[in-house]
Amino acid sequence: MSTVTAELHDVPTEPAVNYLNASYGIKSWLLTLDHKRIGLLYLASITLMFIVGGVAATLMRLHLVEPQGALFEPETYNKMFSTHGIIMVFFFLVPSIPATLGNFLIPLMIGARDVAFPKLNLMSWYIFITGAALALYGTISGGVDTGWTFYPPYSSLYSQTHVVVVALGIFIAGFSSILTGLNFLVTIHKMRCPGMTWFRLPLFIWALYATSLIFVLGTPVIAITIFLLALERLLHVGIFDPAIGGDPLLFQHLFWFYSHPAVYIMILPGMGVISELVTAFSRKKIFGYSFVAFSSLSIAVISFIVWGHHMFVTGQSIYAGLVFSVLSFLVAIPSAVKVFNWTATLYRGSISYQAPMLYALGFVGLFTIGGLTGLFLASLATDVHLNGTYFIVAHFHYIMVGGAVMAYLGGIHFWWPKISGRMYPDMWARISAAIVFLGFNLTFFPQFMLGYLGMPRRYAVYPAEFQVLNVLSSAGASILGVGYVIPLVYLAWSMRYGPVAGPNPWKAKGLEWTIPSPPPTENFEEIPIVTEDAYNYPAIEAPDYPEVPGVARV
Amino acid sequence: MTEHSASDYQAPHIVPVSTYVLVFLALMLGTAVTTWVAYIDLGAWNTVVALTIAVCKMLLVVLFFMHVKYHPGLTRIVIIGAFFWLGIMITLTCSDELTRHWEIYPRGWSAGAPHIARLLF
Amino acid sequence: MWIFLATEILFFGGMFTAYVVYRSLHLPSFILGSHELLVKFGAMNTGVLICSSLTMALAIRTAQTGGSKGTIIFWLLLTMALGAAFLAIKLRFEWYRDYVEGLIPGVSWLSGGTHTPGVQMFMCFYFFMTGLHALHMVVGLGILTVLVIMTARARFSPEYYAPLEISGLYWHFVDIVWIFLFPLLYLIGGRYPGS
Repeated sequence: MSTVTAELHDVPTEPAVNYLNASYGIKSWLLTLDHKRIGLLYLASITLMFIVGGVAATLMRLHLVEPQGALFEPETYNKMFSTHGIIMVFFFLVPSIPATLGNFLIPLMIGARDVAFPKLNLMSWYIFITGAALALYGTISGGVDTGWTFYPPYSSLYSQTHVVVVALGIFIAGFSSILTGLNFLVTIHKMRCPGMTWFRLPLFIWALYATSLIFVLGTPVIAITIFLLALERLLHVGIFDPAIGGDPLLFQHLFWFYSHPAVYIMILPGMGVISELVTAFSRKKIFGYSFVAFSSLSIAVISFIVWGHHMFVTGQSIYAGLVFSVLSFLVAIPSAVKVFNWTATLYRGSISYQAPMLYALGFVGLFTIGGLTGLFLASLATDVHLNGTYFIVAHFHYIMVGGAVMAYLGGIHFWWPKISGRMYPDMWARISAAIVFLGFNLTFFPQFMLGYLGMPRRYAVYPAEFQVLNVLSSAGASILGVGYVIPLVYLAWSMRYGPVAGPNPWKAKGLEWTIPSPPPTENFEEIPIVTEDAYNYPAIEAPDYPEVPGVARV
Repeated sequence: MTEHSASDYQAPHIVPVSTYVLVFLALMLGTAVTTWVAYIDLGAWNTVVALTIAVCKMLLVVLFFMHVKYHPGLTRIVIIGAFFWLGIMITLTCSDELTRHWEIYPRGWSAGAPHIARLLF
Repeated sequence: MWIFLATEILFFGGMFTAYVVYRSLHLPSFILGSHELLVKFGAMNTGVLICSSLTMALAIRTAQTGGSKGTIIFWLLLTMALGAAFLAIKLRFEWYRDYVEGLIPGVSWLSGGTHTPGVQMFMCFYFFMTGLHALHMVVGLGILTVLVIMTARARFSPEYYAPLEISGLYWHFVDIVWIFLFPLLYLIGGRYPGS
């Protein structure tokens, strides 16, 4: 199609019938088998959980403005950070990209009409909200104060809070993850369209495939761990009870066997999103496709053999500590491979700075910082000093918030035209990306310093010498909060009033951009046949190099 | 559903009744032997024998009753993968739990050898 | 279903990991505890489950070869009966007895004599592991009930018997778990004189 003809037909239109309006009424949504609608159901649920967890975080940071605590009694503060951790980890981050963007995009990206088991997909959502409802109920009736890690013997024998209810909520939500992972694995194996070989898949799919492996192999272990903890709590005796020869550290082994891979569940999909964003906004093939694909798998595999680095200072034997320390250094390698490859993709690309790209660039920088600080923690000697301090808090927030959440926001913005058929106002989006970046760094960089100076984590009070840094951190948190609220507003606004986006507003490569926005329920009129590699962008010197309509290119 | 739909379009292999019965008898025999051996003093080998027989029984069930013998490929990778992962969990957890009381330095790692021997036998 | 069974391997595997650790660290207590269990019932139950695996395999084979739905239902019901027998033996002859003798941690535990803290740890494992297994058996019975109803409604044929096949996989898996539980719980340290 020549440029002239393309321009004449370039007024984007919304298809009259798409998955959003194909059927009406709440029953059509609650009983849907359409993966796209299920993705949106998840989007709504996890946004709600994000708000709950975010409120807990806001209250925590407000409390920490004063050295003696500004808002709560220590017991309540304990409940605050526990709630924040539990809700954010189990009910926001773990499902975030896989359940929303993954559910929505996987069939579209591989040329399928739906996932392998649509009914199981819907059941996953119901299981998720059952678990979430139970956890919320436990939180509202008083919460838990054990920290999101639930270490016994405190959580099993001494805590007076609603451990079993919340733990049960997590247990139930775990089944949602397992079924989602199972669904994705089978879908990616069996439902790729003709010509979509493994090495033509978008890297987002590779990342989600690796994530699904972790879902399937890791989540059952947290399930049994919670089960055993609940039994011990109910029977007042159990296998972690030292009185009968039990070892509380065994709980930690079983807990972290899942929870460490879980953090990779949280970041791998984000990395997949970044691969998509970096290629689309530098209009270049990814540098080193197979390296990035295999690095996703390596991260998934190696993530399972490093869990002991969470237990260096809790009583683990030094021999095990040595083993885990070495292995933890190993896991940095595939992540670094990705960062190098993204950077190399940017090199000599035709880069434009729309909001998704701002999030992606922010990710690359912040994830690098977070990852490098992880190396300090993998090293035994420095970990002895830094464990249990705000350094750890900063480290994982750099990865989970500076990394995963930014990737999530970037992905939502990138695929928003596909999901809703409308474009959001890019200026507002860029402003809020900048606010998020600024607020994030102001919140968490001081925490690196706090941790290095020795301020312990999970403490409701702290010595006065740390106040300045804490106040900076809290100020940053308020800015960060604003940065999160603004997208809620303009994204909602855009659904009604935003300009119609058309099938491919970003002129990106990928099967999902070949169908109308919003897509019809059956996704593809005809199942496509793939003949080219992923990210097959034309050479940048080509004359028909397209503009993104309606948006000024920086 | 997963492994029986898209890729294997050959007719499913129908196992003869005689095979099932033979496997059944082997499993019952294994149970009898395991129980009988428990009453004989073999020291530490009791456990080894019992677990070996258990693994053989499992293989019989997996290969014949669960038809894995007739479905090579991805199914086997899934099973082997799961057991391998379980092995990782057990091995690395034990690497901590069983080495807690090892004497460390200055005699070096070989100081732990008598501890392992004592734990296993 | 195989992927789901992989998750089950890891699920039970968590407890097996804990078992391996504690058995290594507290072998004498585990031997003492194991001797509180009655081998004859463990062996009997193993036999019962192996029979039920055979009947399950035969039920699937009947569907594969186009046998009558009556035959399929016969084999399925027999499988269920054997599964129920397993649970009955467990509940009546083992767990009830344990309850009376004060061997159930947290529910009816009587200390003293051979009921040391270490033995209580072993009994925790015994009840948690066999309890989880029994729970899976109950779920299996539920699944079999559904299969019986589906068969009665003539849903299966040589072309379509996938639910039978995958339920069979689940049932055989539960059998395999017991195949390992039997020696690991009942036969620790042998049963010869002097063990």
